Amino acid sequence: GGMLAAAVLLLLVAAGPGLVPVRAGRDALREELLLSPLPDGDVAATFQFRTRWDADLQRGAVSHYRLFPKALGRLVAALGVRELHLALTQGFWRTRVWGQPPLQAPAGAELWVWFQPTVTDVDKAWEELSNILSGIFCASLNFIDSTNTVTPTASFKPLGLANGTDHHLLRYAVLPREVVCTENLTPWKKLLPCGSKAGLAVLLKAERLFHSSYHSQAVHIRPICRDASCLAVSWELRQTLTVVFDTFSSGQGKKDWSLFKMFSRTLTDACPLASQSKVYVDISPKNKEKELLEVTPPPTSVHEAIVQGDKRTYAVYDLLSPSLFNTSRSLNVQLKWKRPQDSSDLPTPILHAQRYVSGYGLQTGEISTLIYNTHPYRAFPVILLETVPWYLRLYVHTLTIITKGKENKPSYIHYQPAQDRRRPHLLEMLIQLPANSVTKITIQFERALLKWTEYTPDPNHGFYVSSSVLSALVPSVIAMKDVDVEQSPLFTSLFPSSDGSSYFVRLYTEPLLVNLPTPDFSMPYNVICLTCTVVAVCYGSFYNLLTRTFHVEEPSRGGLAKRLANIIRKFRGVPPL
Amino acid sequence: QFQLAVPVAVVFSPGSVPGDLPRPLPFRDVQEMEIPVNLRTTVTTRYETIYRSTTAQEEAALEAATAREADAALHPLQDASLGSLTLYVVPETSSLLPQGISVYVGKHRSALVRAGGGLAALRARLQQLTQVMSFTVSSITAALSDRVPNGQLSPDARRHLKSSLGYEITFSLLNPDPKSHAVDWDIEDAVNRYVQPVLDKLSLVANFSVDSQILYYAVLGVTPRFDKESSSFLLSAHSLPHVINPVEARLGSSAASLYPVLNFLLYVPERSHSPLYIQDKDGAPASTNAFHSPRWGGIMVYNVEAPASPQASLPLHVEVDMVRVMEVFLAQLRLLFGLSREELPPEFLLESPGNEGLADWELDRLLWAHTVENIATVSTTLTSLAQLLDKIGNIVIKDDVASEVYRAVASAQSAVAELAVGHLHSAFQASKEAVTSSERAFFDPSLLHLLYFPDDQKFAIYIPLFLPMAVPILLSLAKIVRETRQRKKEPTKVD
Repeated sequence: GGMLAAAVLLLLVAAGPGLVPVRAGRDALREELLLSPLPDGDVAATFQFRTRWDADLQRGAVSHYRLFPKALGRLVAALGVRELHLALTQGFWRTRVWGQPPLQAPAGAELWVWFQPTVTDVDKAWEELSNILSGIFCASLNFIDSTNTVTPTASFKPLGLANGTDHHLLRYAVLPREVVCTENLTPWKKLLPCGSKAGLAVLLKAERLFHSSYHSQAVHIRPICRDASCLAVSWELRQTLTVVFDTFSSGQGKKDWSLFKMFSRTLTDACPLASQSKVYVDISPKNKEKELLEVTPPPTSVHEAIVQGDKRTYAVYDLLSPSLFNTSRSLNVQLKWKRPQDSSDLPTPILHAQRYVSGYGLQTGEISTLIYNTHPYRAFPVILLETVPWYLRLYVHTLTIITKGKENKPSYIHYQPAQDRRRPHLLEMLIQLPANSVTKITIQFERALLKWTEYTPDPNHGFYVSSSVLSALVPSVIAMKDVDVEQSPLFTSLFPSSDGSSYFVRLYTEPLLVNLPTPDFSMPYNVICLTCTVVAVCYGSFYNLLTRTFHVEEPSRGGLAKRLANIIRKFRGVPPL
Repeated sequence: QFQLAVPVAVVFSPGSVPGDLPRPLPFRDVQEMEIPVNLRTTVTTRYETIYRSTTAQEEAALEAATAREADAALHPLQDASLGSLTLYVVPETSSLLPQGISVYVGKHRSALVRAGGGLAALRARLQQLTQVMSFTVSSITAALSDRVPNGQLSPDARRHLKSSLGYEITFSLLNPDPKSHAVDWDIEDAVNRYVQPVLDKLSLVANFSVDSQILYYAVLGVTPRFDKESSSFLLSAHSLPHVINPVEARLGSSAASLYPVLNFLLYVPERSHSPLYIQDKDGAPASTNAFHSPRWGGIMVYNVEAPASPQASLPLHVEVDMVRVMEVFLAQLRLLFGLSREELPPEFLLESPGNEGLADWELDRLLWAHTVENIATVSTTLTSLAQLLDKIGNIVIKDDVASEVYRAVASAQSAVAELAVGHLHSAFQASKEAVTSSERAFFDPSLLHLLYFPDDQKFAIYIPLFLPMAVPILLSLAKIVRETRQRKKEPTKVD
């Protein structure tokens, strides 16, 4: 034991030159940036900051925090949270063009939480939690209530250590309307031990991050095994941020990019508290053509890994290695394409999906989801989760699933009907996707009429229906090795891989925008104005009639009416007036 | 309207009874004192004193060698209820008290007083002593500070924390320069050893929770001035108010509770700004290198000695001396709770509270002040609720809100009644309940006044009705006026 501890200490000292952890292994920070050129010329940058704390958050009345942020730690301890996943996203990850994302999140805000079995009133804890989180992250998470919260049975399994998966302890909610901006990024950055003052986080400049095609920031808290024997629990906080930059249009048609071009900053040092600080650049050769691209400066090492069923090569820059900053004071990773890449044949990902709403008029409609399996010879099952607000009344009998022209019976269906103003529809299905196929799922709905207070501001914009969630174990083309989680790069280690032959993928479809019959909200005031005017006019003449004093006036020659009357009288033979 | 009763027992040991007692021992006596707060409120205090001679046990206890031992031996013989005081009068020649000391205040609720100078002198001394051990005019006015007209209040009174059902204490270590200093503190041990005993004692007053955090790259809002003479950096007293704001943004709000937060910050200045000293108003460096901010907390600057050799590898590892730090923070904590020992005449000797950090009578002082403050808070809350109801006539008061209001009134009344008979503990409990109920009623979401349409807006909606209706009325009024004027003119014409 002593030998091992000494070895661990040595390793830590070696890993962070100059950083001497006082209580070895009590908490540790790893930071990582993954830069991956996307097939269509865009660049995705994924930041991951992982704080691991070898302490049990659930126990202990007095809590002393070092790297782990106090605000989140207290939240976890106070409300009995076992696992917390919060993502705030602006934009939509285009899986078909960009490929499988390392971490995808639906547009808007997504929150899913597993509570401890000791929590008696899960709904109350959930409400309190969403309110506190909305305060911490300046997001409208306080709009999470029973009308948009569901308890999925199969789609969301705990990602961390869990004994027993009683899904009554799970809550899931998405706010598709949520707009993510700077005010959400600032509190997120404040949770980092180094803030945005040192390390990779200096690149997080709001004006660049939100000038992008896709921005997703997330917080994941989960318990993990402290070591291989798994006798004690450690807590892990992962803060991730994914941005997709459109370098093609901003770089005058060239696909070359550099850190400075994307973030208008360069890296000068690692966060002094981090035990690992690395930049990975995806330089995997595409279409078997090698050496298409060139990265400068030369990387400190090259890492090969199998990520999402594909063999990838990464250039690694270790910010903690002293040699990196020897030649220049700052690191500006640049990538140049040696010759223009033809983007005609984009590799399509094995699993992708799209969703749309169809139909005409304001009474009924149809939601269609298309799920593609492009694997040439393997079939695999996928779990589809649909959450539809109550004001779209689903007709479950119209649910049809068609693959290759034949009906495809799902092997598992969980349907929870909506209750007006209380809970949404929840539809979960396990569908088998045959090899090389498209599966079309349609369901019809009727639009409900809302009360006038239930309309959102600007109701003519439409009502959002949150993305549906696809969770699948996708068969891998290449066999994967079991890797040590602590040693492998962070972007590979959030989702546990079950075995060597398949990998876990979670995809989100597009959110839908549905028009509901919307009344004219100025009508009540118009009615009030109109009736008031009519009443007032009537009142005016009535008042006149009552109060006017009549005087007898000398008759003059008489008007048109009198003449008319006389003509009529003449016909009748009566003497004229 | 308040009446505070303090039960006091004055016990004469043999040989200390003054000659001019009005009646033979034992006898009772009541003294009243009025504390004017503002034009409408006065607080009446009644000292209900029993004069008696010592029992045999007490006599034996008083024969101890030192005052501290006598205090310890007397403790089990006393009335243990909160707020009651026992004062022992010892003969003028007693060797229990050191030379030149005539009053000794023990750790519990008792004191030793040297006799001498007749009854009048003794009474004056006893009165001063009971005020020290229960409450003074200034502590009561500080508790009622909301009602005291501005300007009459000493700056000290504004320093105390408002009475609350709970407090959160956060210790933060600010390390603005983690590249040069790897600072580590054993806060867990320090809290258990120094802070927890005090909080255990204070647990009667409120709930406390303690936590700590380390914040990196957190800087003060002021750039310190370099002083060539001492080759150190100085923060002058007038710049201290600007120090806290940028730090506060990093401290993190207490999202999980509604209790007020007490912040204690330990600031390790960055290498380029150390050593850093705080200057007081006269320009001399503050001895503790710390300052406190009223009702917020305290900040202490902890300088790291420069390494002996300039080549020492960075970061410099620093282990914080927690004894030095906690000494300062505990003093600040006492100050924030208004437990600072006041200026006393030199003949008074206060026993140090020892490991508990707080003597029983100091706890009583706190309870007296908090009870009075709680009752004042309840009456303010309920008054503003009543004002709100007066302003918005059609507000809906739900049954549960109403019952909370009734409960608050009943608890406040019982607190006032208990205070008047001198039951401090039950009075404090009742006042706490009253605060809880009144706050719950006041902050009930159904009482949000934005939920109700103001009358002027309702009127605005009906303008389309009222305006056209007003036109014929106004016209006919004008016509009437015109006609009466003409009628007045006409007779003169005829004549």
